[in-house]
Amino acid sequence: MEKEILRFTDVKLIYHTNRGETTAAENLNFSVNEGEFVAIIGPSGCGKTTLLSLAAGLLKPSAGTIESHGSFGYMLQKDELFRWRTIEKNIFLPLEIKKQNTPEHRERARNLAAKYGLKDFLQSYPTQLSGGMRQRAALIRTLATNPDILLLDEPFSALDYQTRLNVCEDVSSIIRSEKKTALLITHDISEAISLADRVLVLSQRPARVTFAHKLDFGDVKNPLKRREQPQFSEWFEILWKELNG
Amino acid sequence: MKKATYSQEHAKYLKKRKLNLATVWALRIGVLVLLFGFWELSTALGWVDPFIMSSPSRICATIQSLYRDGSLFYHIGVTLAETLIGFVIAVALGVTIALALWWSDTLRRVLEPYIVVLNALPKIALGPLIIIWFGTGSKAIVFMTVLVGIIVAIMHMLSAFIATDKNKILLLKSMGATKLQILRKLVIPSSFASFISMLKVNVGMAWIGSIMGEYIVSRAGLGYLIVYGGQVFKLDLVMTATCILCLLAAGMYFLVVLLEKVLVKNTEN
Repeated sequence: MEKEILRFTDVKLIYHTNRGETTAAENLNFSVNEGEFVAIIGPSGCGKTTLLSLAAGLLKPSAGTIESHGSFGYMLQKDELFRWRTIEKNIFLPLEIKKQNTPEHRERARNLAAKYGLKDFLQSYPTQLSGGMRQRAALIRTLATNPDILLLDEPFSALDYQTRLNVCEDVSSIIRSEKKTALLITHDISEAISLADRVLVLSQRPARVTFAHKLDFGDVKNPLKRREQPQFSEWFEILWKELNG
Repeated sequence: MKKATYSQEHAKYLKKRKLNLATVWALRIGVLVLLFGFWELSTALGWVDPFIMSSPSRICATIQSLYRDGSLFYHIGVTLAETLIGFVIAVALGVTIALALWWSDTLRRVLEPYIVVLNALPKIALGPLIIIWFGTGSKAIVFMTVLVGIIVAIMHMLSAFIATDKNKILLLKSMGATKLQILRKLVIPSSFASFISMLKVNVGMAWIGSIMGEYIVSRAGLGYLIVYGGQVFKLDLVMTATCILCLLAAGMYFLVVLLEKVLVKNTEN
């Protein structure tokens, strides 16, 4: 039996504004196992980002429970690197925030950066890097504190298509080789199929999980290779229908 | 910067740029010389009355006589001190208040209308009050300078703090950052460019404040010389003090630009 690392049980979230209240999520149930890569797809405006904020504990649910066993790393659409910090200093940022800025932790983060091709860029500033490299730096920053679960909020959507495929490869291989649990939120069906072990489909607001699929790609974990598999287009069709049905 | 060997074309380009810069500077100085030359000439030839227009040579003579009786640097010193003290207090207090307003949403919403009204109010209207409260010395003038500068500092910095990227705040929050950490790691460094532009605006504000203050109350300073010169119809004195004022204001502005360059170099903004 695999170990559960995150579980949403009957989660409900209500948003309050001056104009009234909106139920963003209701009866939301799902779980993520350790080491698993789960992708959540949903129609636009169904509160996908809300879901990650809930998971990360930035929002409290109006009802229901969210259990998590482990620490989080959050990766956003844009790299959000601080332009006045070098790449190295950017990667150390979560260490500073979490008061783990010790030589050992810094060394670990630096090694991680070196391992994934950022060694020559550590003293550079973000503006000197390409979009793909910046997003890679953002991922290393997310990994710097060695989180148990990565929350990925459409991390490729701000990139152009070519870069997006490359960064997708990057992120996938880094997460797989670091054996991290990942929860990806996206509106891009093919991205979900090429990356995830399991795909959850969300409904329109109030969001709940309408379908869940374990993808049968066997050992094929590489996003580009997956795109060449015969199942790829079948999954695409199924998910497309469920998303728009 | 990497030391590279340039192509001939690039060397030519650099040379052209240099020449261009030299031309601009030559023209700048040329304009000044022309202006003063024409001024001197037109008074010397009697086209205009030097009693009303003064002239560069009369200004030089006035500076000399002020220097000789020891009052030149005295007046400059008084005004400069008032301006600088007022400037520093206005900036320091303004930034502190802006930080407090960023920190507390409630405080900001409570104080917003007061700040708007204070901003719109012509500070000179408070002249009589200031005289009664602070007397007719430098204290009153420094207070006027602070008054003119502080609102600008608050509004400028507050809008910069509030404009901090929401996603970057979310990122820091996801790392578990406290409000103080968000302030230190993100809000303050990302407002750096606004801070410099606020300083530039406030250099002007400080001079407005100190000279205005000296117009209302004072027994010394460049503003005093201007008012006094005007009252006794010594236009030489008025022009002299105005020219010195120009030089000082320009000097202070360039100091801020210099500060910007030093700081930008350190932060590679």
